[in-house]
Amino acid sequence: MNDKATRLAQTLKRRHAAERRFQWYGRLSVAFGVACVLFLFTDIISKGYGAFTQTYIDIEVTFDYETLGLTPDSTETDVKAASFNSLFRNTVRAQYPEVTDRRKQRTLYGLYTTDAPIMLRDMVLRDPSVLGTTQQLTIVADDDIDTYYKHSFGQDLGEGGVIGRVNPQQIALVQQLHDQGRIHKKFNTILFTNGDSRDPELAGIKGAIIGSLLTLLVTLMLSFPIAVATAIYLEEFAPKNRLTEFIEVNINNLAAVPSVIFGLLGLAIFINFFGLPRSVPLVGGLVLTLMTLPTIIISSRASIKAVPPSIREAALGMGASKVQMVMHHVLPLAMPGMLTGTIIGMAQALGETAPLLMIGMVAFIVETPAAITDAATVLPVQIYLWADSPERAFVEKTSAAIMILLAFLIFMNSTAVWLRKRLERRW
Amino acid sequence: MAENSKQTMNDTYETTGIPLLKDSKLSVRNVDVFYGDKQAIFDVNLDIGKNQVISMIGPSGCGKSTFLRCLNRMNDTIDICNVTGEIKLEDQNIYDRSIDVVELRARVGMVFQKPNPFPKSIYENVAYGARIHGLTDNKLELDELVESSLKRCGLWKEVKERLLEPATGLSGGQQQRLCIARAIAVNPEVILMDEPCSALDPIATATVEELIHELSQNFTICIVTHSMQQAARVSQRTAYFHLGKLIEVNDTSVVFTNPKHQLTEEYITGRIG
Ligand SMILES: Nc1ncnc2c1ncn2[C@@H]1O[C@H](COP(=O)(O)OP(=O)(O)O)[C@@H](O)[C@H]1O
Ligand SMILES: [Mg+2]
Repeated sequence: MNDKATRLAQTLKRRHAAERRFQWYGRLSVAFGVACVLFLFTDIISKGYGAFTQTYIDIEVTFDYETLGLTPDSTETDVKAASFNSLFRNTVRAQYPEVTDRRKQRTLYGLYTTDAPIMLRDMVLRDPSVLGTTQQLTIVADDDIDTYYKHSFGQDLGEGGVIGRVNPQQIALVQQLHDQGRIHKKFNTILFTNGDSRDPELAGIKGAIIGSLLTLLVTLMLSFPIAVATAIYLEEFAPKNRLTEFIEVNINNLAAVPSVIFGLLGLAIFINFFGLPRSVPLVGGLVLTLMTLPTIIISSRASIKAVPPSIREAALGMGASKVQMVMHHVLPLAMPGMLTGTIIGMAQALGETAPLLMIGMVAFIVETPAAITDAATVLPVQIYLWADSPERAFVEKTSAAIMILLAFLIFMNSTAVWLRKRLERRW
Repeated sequence: MAENSKQTMNDTYETTGIPLLKDSKLSVRNVDVFYGDKQAIFDVNLDIGKNQVISMIGPSGCGKSTFLRCLNRMNDTIDICNVTGEIKLEDQNIYDRSIDVVELRARVGMVFQKPNPFPKSIYENVAYGARIHGLTDNKLELDELVESSLKRCGLWKEVKERLLEPATGLSGGQQQRLCIARAIAVNPEVILMDEPCSALDPIATATVEELIHELSQNFTICIVTHSMQQAARVSQRTAYFHLGKLIEVNDTSVVFTNPKHQLTEEYITGRIG
């Protein structure tokens, strides 16, 4: 008896120790995961938050006929050919009469985005009545100036110090603009209203977002109905034989195929064989459909399986046909699970890059796509492109784009969770 | 009664008692049922009288459910299940090619062991059969049908205020009566019940038994039960199954007071579980 008590005490001690150890393993794993996520988020946010503001410089421009070589009767064609470059340069030069050195004058122009003359021209094209008047304008600053003004302005540089890619002359100019109150930071709308650009200050992700949406639209329209039909057929109608077993195994295998291979497949089938254009959301959507189908099929089948057999029996016992049983009872009960699987599949597709590179969705595209057959890029590819760009200002753009992509992903995944909570029925 | 005068079980056997009737609603002849290679029902011959309650008793796994499910072809839904022989519903072989199971199940309804209302409203549950079979012409008729079906099951008073609430919110006994209401709403000729009270408490059981008794005025009812008291209370005839064979069929009072077959006697005296 005594012996039993001591043995019990010993095993109990060991068991308790094992339990405590196990709990600590769990806590450590969770802590590690949380730390990784926190690190990722702080890194991205600290790098990327700057991209959500943008430096602008106020400037007074007189659209005078003489410099532009226009008359009040000039046509649109004339305006397009007019020398807005000279107008802009004259205007800037006139503000600094003391600067006569050519190189230093070029630095003056370089405070502003290189597209400044084009912006002036576009302004006249939009509203010819500005010709001959003087306008108070706000023009985007050059990316180097922008980076300097946002992140290093006002810091002590030490003797003859140079920050990033700005030189002492530029620093003095920015200081002067600042004292005049002509330089300021505003929320960066360009990021959301422009397509890609070689100039960081003009580059936006609108094109990529629309491209992603169009691509996902194609993916959703194809993969959801196909996957649901497949799942229903396999679960409820298909006979259980070698062939269906083979199909089942293959669907599971398909889910494990690296996505880049779907890209190659898409290239071979849709572009080379069917002759669809490269770089378009239509082909991107088709490729991502191949990739998301297994995910949605597997989750749909799981949620169909989860519908209690008693509900099926009840329906059949009432004389419902098999299709009625599925449509009236199984599908409504399985739908939340199917939708959740679909959203998760879509989130995967949204973040997918490799297969899209294969089908040429990696091109430099300025225009926002308007149709699924327009050349386009997508968010993750845009991130890839920007991360690859040498300009310093693209670093924060890259992080900003990652933040936006993550925001979309978090939104989609929480929608999935909400949907599951909301539609879940108990029986 | 001498022990050796009773029949014992052979491979070829004959059902003791009175399995066949002159006038029957359902007549079952030479029915064998197989699950794959395994035979679950052996050569059953049985007539079921019109507007009678017949109960099927027997030890677990003896094939009561399997037999019951032959009568509305629910066994069709099991891939490996194979039924041979002939089952006639008023002179029509229900396994005939020309018979559509949808039509058959509208004539032979079923109530299951575990209450299985659809996760929809009480109203929708009762209205479902009428909807899929197109039994009513308008909403008014459908409302009336729902009301009368619930009334016949004694459920109307309890649920009339909450017809649009989910049926899954009802108690177990109410759910089972709702399932019966759902079954009778399509006005079937036969109702099959597979241990309808086994998931219910004694009070709910008593209510359902009373209901079965009332329904027997208008419907032919086949009920599988584990409780011999229940069989004695609700049925006019009783069939005893053993290892897939129909051992004995007779008037309920005869089966319980004066069983002719040794196995039946052993079962009702509690020697076979
Ligand atoms: N779906 C099925 N597949 C294979 N065998 C089954 C299936 N259903 C029942 N059986 C077998 O058939 C026999 C009779 O079962 P069942 O009719 O459920 O018995 P009871 O209802 O009398 O308890 C049992 O041996 C059981 O194992
Ligand atoms: Mg059973």
